[in-house]
Amino acid sequence: MSAPSDKTAKPRVAVFKMASCDGCQLQLLDAEEALLELAGAIDIVNFAEASSHIEPGPYDVTLVEGSVSTPELEEQIREIRRESTVLITIGACATSGGVQALRNATGKHDEFVRAVYPTPEYIDSLEDSHPISDYVQVDLELTGCPVDRGQLLGAIASLLRGALPRVSTSPVCVECKRRGYVCVVVAKGEPCLGPVTRTGCGALCPAFGRGCYGCFGPAQEPGNTDALGRRFVDLGLTPKAAADRFRFITGWAPPFREAADELEEVAR
Amino acid sequence: MTHRSVEVPVIARVEGEGALHIAVDDGTITDLRLEIYEPPRFFEAFLAGRHFSEVPDITARICGICPVAYQMSSIHGLERLFGVDPSPGMHELRRLFYAGEWIESHVLHIFLLAAPDFLGFDNAIEMAKVQPELVKTALGIKRIGNDLMAVIGGREIHPVSPRVGGFSKAPRRRDLEPFLPRLERALEQMPGIADFIASLPAPAFPRPAELVSMVNESEYPMNEGGMGSTTGRRWDAESYEQVTHEVHVEHSNALHSLMSDTQTSYFLGPLARVNLNAALLTPGAREVAERAGLRVPETDPFFSMAARAAETTLAIEEAIRIIRDYEPPTPPMVEPVARAGRATWMTEAPRGTLYHRYDVAEDGTILEAKIIPPTSQNLRHMEEDLRRFLPDVLDRPDQELTRLCEMVVRNYDPCISCATHFLRLDIERS
Repeated sequence: MSAPSDKTAKPRVAVFKMASCDGCQLQLLDAEEALLELAGAIDIVNFAEASSHIEPGPYDVTLVEGSVSTPELEEQIREIRRESTVLITIGACATSGGVQALRNATGKHDEFVRAVYPTPEYIDSLEDSHPISDYVQVDLELTGCPVDRGQLLGAIASLLRGALPRVSTSPVCVECKRRGYVCVVVAKGEPCLGPVTRTGCGALCPAFGRGCYGCFGPAQEPGNTDALGRRFVDLGLTPKAAADRFRFITGWAPPFREAADELEEVAR
Repeated sequence: MTHRSVEVPVIARVEGEGALHIAVDDGTITDLRLEIYEPPRFFEAFLAGRHFSEVPDITARICGICPVAYQMSSIHGLERLFGVDPSPGMHELRRLFYAGEWIESHVLHIFLLAAPDFLGFDNAIEMAKVQPELVKTALGIKRIGNDLMAVIGGREIHPVSPRVGGFSKAPRRRDLEPFLPRLERALEQMPGIADFIASLPAPAFPRPAELVSMVNESEYPMNEGGMGSTTGRRWDAESYEQVTHEVHVEHSNALHSLMSDTQTSYFLGPLARVNLNAALLTPGAREVAERAGLRVPETDPFFSMAARAAETTLAIEEAIRIIRDYEPPTPPMVEPVARAGRATWMTEAPRGTLYHRYDVAEDGTILEAKIIPPTSQNLRHMEEDLRRFLPDVLDRPDQELTRLCEMVVRNYDPCISCATHFLRLDIERS
């Protein structure tokens, strides 16, 4: 039987998955030796990808990857919230609905199911793919597609010391300047979401010679998405192509959604 | 209106959370269902309407464990349609990138997912307490795979540099050279891992099966080749959807694949590749296969772990060879010119053949996409394995039976393997 949470015991940690690719919880397995170390400081009591040993709640800290996209997941996330003292959502799916939220803007969910599954009656899914915070209160959101391993381990370490972690919300642009990367917009005329996207990746795409595509979602102050959209059009994108830049991995996050809507309005 | 059932584009049936339902009456299995309730994400539907250049960024998201496979199948297919012929240097860099994923995924599977069961541990963390050096060695080898993916792709999960036309940036010689001593050390460690695998108490499960993988005359297949099977079938990307077809069963959000002519299931993955390409194994890989007890022909799925170890060794040897001769492809990327038509391709994901098809408009917009992942192709075979395996062990207590069922399923390294760790055995005995 599970022991009740108390201050002397190691914190009980659970990891859950909703609609997602597994990449964010894989960051924990990819932590390798740090994972073995972490395992000495916490009790991982429910982490289906890593262990057959599964204990029921309550949990001191729960990490959730993935979006809510079926009626069962909606029920499950409410249950998880009830069992969790601190709930942390990890990754683009959990924090903004993920790439699968591309279906949301279309209003064509039923058509998708019909187009895609030979027997649509077998499929039970919600019209939209939702971030967890649409259903329950979330204590901390770590964005990214995938979530950054350093941020994730850092957040767990902070919680172990009793502090709620702080996460940088400045844009990728700032990170690029700090690291001295050549600006891909200026040098190559590449459309880049860096001015409005939150850092966390270390300005990875510009470092690899391409424009940012928004994995970490909108920066705290996402800045002037309209002007950036116009800049994309000036760089030669059609308004539809410019809208697609925003409507991508984190496209259901409100600032990006609105920017895409606006550009699509122009396209029409 | 007639219902169009098979020919329309199909969603990415991402493997994931599963449950097993078995009903037994008087010692006979009357119902057995491997339920896949991973929520559908509709990748194929929302790929339609996007520009071809965005495809590798989208398809990577189908799987966090094997994003390179999803990127490579789409990139190769689209390049062939657009008349882009990868240079020899590009071929080698992509093979190195894929080798990184094989190392990462195979070692993850052997040590973090599969092996603990054979020794009665719940997870690798428990196993590490008893065998710390072995687990540390394995994690070190896995790290090399991850680091290779990251140095080439920017990061190991959802790499950013692979594009239709090449890489947005290619690594320099001095980025890759530091890998050589690490890879050479790993190559020395692999025979020890083979001995460990040989020592695991695995059930014997000989049974006939049609094993299917890519075949290639000049190199062990990763990115390129045709299709072959152990019953002598041969086909290519253009005819993939005619030779095999998918059916939708009520208990699964993933489709099942069958051979079209015989309506029979087939078995993809490392064991199939080793069987069909044994002559192309590198010397170290051959030694590791032998030490782990694997001699082809072999259809017993419990030899999959040995096949994974052999392929890990092959990937290490290939990585050493490629890095020694490496010159960055220049330019790292050619700008493809879109052309209307149909793109088809398959590559060998760590867990089996991954097929992609894209119908593309003249301006480069994707009109229709179809993705057939390895796990959905293996699903019917997994169910059949369970039906064959279970009668002999039905007398075991529920807990042991659950573990045995999970091991049978885990032989296939279903992506995502939480499908099997999440196995909720629901057994009705009457």
